[in-house]
Amino acid sequence: MEIVKTDIAIVGAGGAGLRAAIALAEADQKLRIALISKVYPMRSHTCAAEGGAAGVIKSDDSLALHFNDTVGGGDWLPDQDAVEYFINEAPKELTQLEHWGCPWSREPDGSVAVRPFGGMKIKRTWFAADKSGFHILHTLFQTSLKYPSIQRFDEYYATDLLVDDGRCQGLTALEIRSGQMKQFQAKAVIIAAGGGGRMFPFTTNGAVKTGDGMALAYRAGAPLKDMEFVQYHPTGLPNNGILLTEGCRGEGGVLFNKDGRRYLQDYGMGPETPIGQPVLKTMELGPRDRLSQAFWHEQKKGNTVSTPWGDCVLLDMRHLGEKKIDERLPLVRDLCISYLGKDPVKEPIPIRPVVHYMMGGIHTNVKAATPLPGLFAAGECACVSINGANRLGSNSLTELLVFGKRAALSAIEHVQSGLPASKDAALATQAQASEARISALMNKSDGAETIAGLRKEMMETMETNVGIYRTGSELATACDKIAELRQRYANIALHDKTHVYNTDLMQALELGSMLDCAEAVTVGARERKESRGAHQRLDFTERDDQNLLKHTLAYYHPTEPPRLDYLDVVITQSQPGVRDYSGAKK
Amino acid sequence: MSERQIQLEVLRYNPETDSEPRYQSYSVPCLNEWVVLDALNYVKDNLDPTLSYRWSCHMAVCGSCGMMINGEPKLACKAFIHEYTDQIRVDPLANFPIERDLVTVVEDFIAKLASVKPYLIPKKDQPISAGEFKQTPAELKKFKQYTLCINCMLCYAACPQYGLVPEFLGPAAISMAHRYNQDSRDGGRDERQEVIASEVGVWECSFVGACSEVCPKHVDPAGALQQVKVASTIDWYKEHLMPWVKK
Repeated sequence: MEIVKTDIAIVGAGGAGLRAAIALAEADQKLRIALISKVYPMRSHTCAAEGGAAGVIKSDDSLALHFNDTVGGGDWLPDQDAVEYFINEAPKELTQLEHWGCPWSREPDGSVAVRPFGGMKIKRTWFAADKSGFHILHTLFQTSLKYPSIQRFDEYYATDLLVDDGRCQGLTALEIRSGQMKQFQAKAVIIAAGGGGRMFPFTTNGAVKTGDGMALAYRAGAPLKDMEFVQYHPTGLPNNGILLTEGCRGEGGVLFNKDGRRYLQDYGMGPETPIGQPVLKTMELGPRDRLSQAFWHEQKKGNTVSTPWGDCVLLDMRHLGEKKIDERLPLVRDLCISYLGKDPVKEPIPIRPVVHYMMGGIHTNVKAATPLPGLFAAGECACVSINGANRLGSNSLTELLVFGKRAALSAIEHVQSGLPASKDAALATQAQASEARISALMNKSDGAETIAGLRKEMMETMETNVGIYRTGSELATACDKIAELRQRYANIALHDKTHVYNTDLMQALELGSMLDCAEAVTVGARERKESRGAHQRLDFTERDDQNLLKHTLAYYHPTEPPRLDYLDVVITQSQPGVRDYSGAKK
Repeated sequence: MSERQIQLEVLRYNPETDSEPRYQSYSVPCLNEWVVLDALNYVKDNLDPTLSYRWSCHMAVCGSCGMMINGEPKLACKAFIHEYTDQIRVDPLANFPIERDLVTVVEDFIAKLASVKPYLIPKKDQPISAGEFKQTPAELKKFKQYTLCINCMLCYAACPQYGLVPEFLGPAAISMAHRYNQDSRDGGRDERQEVIASEVGVWECSFVGACSEVCPKHVDPAGALQQVKVASTIDWYKEHLMPWVKK
């Protein structure tokens, strides 16, 4: 097996991975950097983020307000030391991106413009029309081309971490193009491989979002944290789950039920605000968890609109006018017309909540370090946690930057800490075991299970039992079913025996990742007997700060469900309180 | 949501077993609202797990799923079944070597993109603490359109010149250079000009305009190339006829 010797390996080349790579290259041009990704960097799912990135820049805003919005929005599950670091670094990172050429939308005076987002007391979302993630990703990718020390390994799938002497010392990866395994020897590894929303059938997530990075760390012994918190974005196109950014509501779009009622006022987010005059932290500018939950209740009450794609509510943007929609929300308009045949300039758009983001992920501290020495993580695959039980819209793009860079700086500290020499033979043995695992999977043709079949059962299980509102019995069903699917996974057949660009093999590996992650989600959810943020239990309807102001930690077991442990939330200045999104109360 | 049986004729090529590409036909029950990518996914999940192609976002922004659909370069996720008859032919993106099935080798494009220095070379240095560079909406508008390129390479598949002269930098790479040249914060035009005004640069373009016709994001690379030609010509005149005028 070919060995690639590097100083720091990064798995994933989306927003967080690219930001980390650039930070490494800037810190020390002699560092050898291997940037490994299963897709070309610009295909990463950061490109699909629309609305924008939060960072305090305007004089009417303050770090304290961003802190409060984030901690309260996360239902007091965020670690407050991490949030403090995050909000402090946020404006610097967004300005850095501006200096790298990101085409942020502007005010007439040439300063960067901001727009309102849900759950924000003051508008602070930097945006590039409604293609913010796309521009961030391409700006980072193009900037990364300046640095010759960033060596890219595009279309390499990371299969296993190499852990010896109690620390992470590299990984194995499959070169998709050739089907050859490579061993990457590294003094530190940063995982920045995104979330795993594809374990659900109805999601805004692209096909690449299969939890590979999470599973990679999890299998190597690093715990997954708070996996039960899965964010439903309230406004997805009903036929295919395409995201319509929160910016639609930030710019003034409103939500109606079938009777034309602005129903959010019935769920603690009123009073109703006049159309065209959105009020921050009120009605349509409430947080995502509350809006998605309100939809669920409207559906139960029979207040939703029937469409060929299921029950919907209506997002009305007509009053914004064609000019503003084309200037601020051009992609949204294009997506609605192209994929649903409806023009938001002329008619309300049917929408429904859609799985969008995983608050949970690889357990890291404020330095982006996992408990496994030498292993760092950033972005959606990580859980620092700044997002707690519910991420505030537009914090995730900023998180990629802040913690992508932080992971890089921490990795450098680790590399410079005087590490003992690695034992090549021990690493080689592990690499060979990884290679044997992959070739055994590839050579299996007698199994009774199909990849598509198991994937479908997994998705249906998650959709039916692990949705916006959950119950103990449904979650128990889900746990049993996912455990069963993990067993049956051992019995899949691979039909494609070609080494070159074998997507059958890729999908098998991705399914394995998703099943591992799904089990952490379901078991964590079953055991969290309270309602907090995006985790709502019909059998435990209250938040339980007495017992559960804690993070869930799930530890991998190859054949059994994960072992759970709990970790206290870090509180520095804000004690748990009431989440108030009612403009009336102030 | 009506259903229609489509014959999907897909180019197959397995470099380990095939001496040359062949077509394979699949009968796919398609919903009328589907895109060609949905039909390919149906094949992959239900009929033939060995079919290889790239895709991810399914919303025309990641740029992965460019392919030839009935001979035209398209994003498979934005090629609507209802716009086609019951027979649809799918080939890999033209002008690129085939890796396998619908997967092409794209290194050439990536290298060309990198060669034009597609990043901001600031006019002046400014520390982060001094805040953002000011840029008015009008200044932003000057280059905004060229930032919208998703690197899907449809323009390379459509470009007759790229087919004939593989060294040609091509529409997307030159447009990206133009994007930075037009950015009010940038001072790197001279550096990029060495690459894009060269023989394999903008002068290879025969201005057929096919690139702009197929661009799914309306970047108008042909327009960018034309502007680069004009600007390069002015450079030439300044240099040769009016050497006392600085560029």
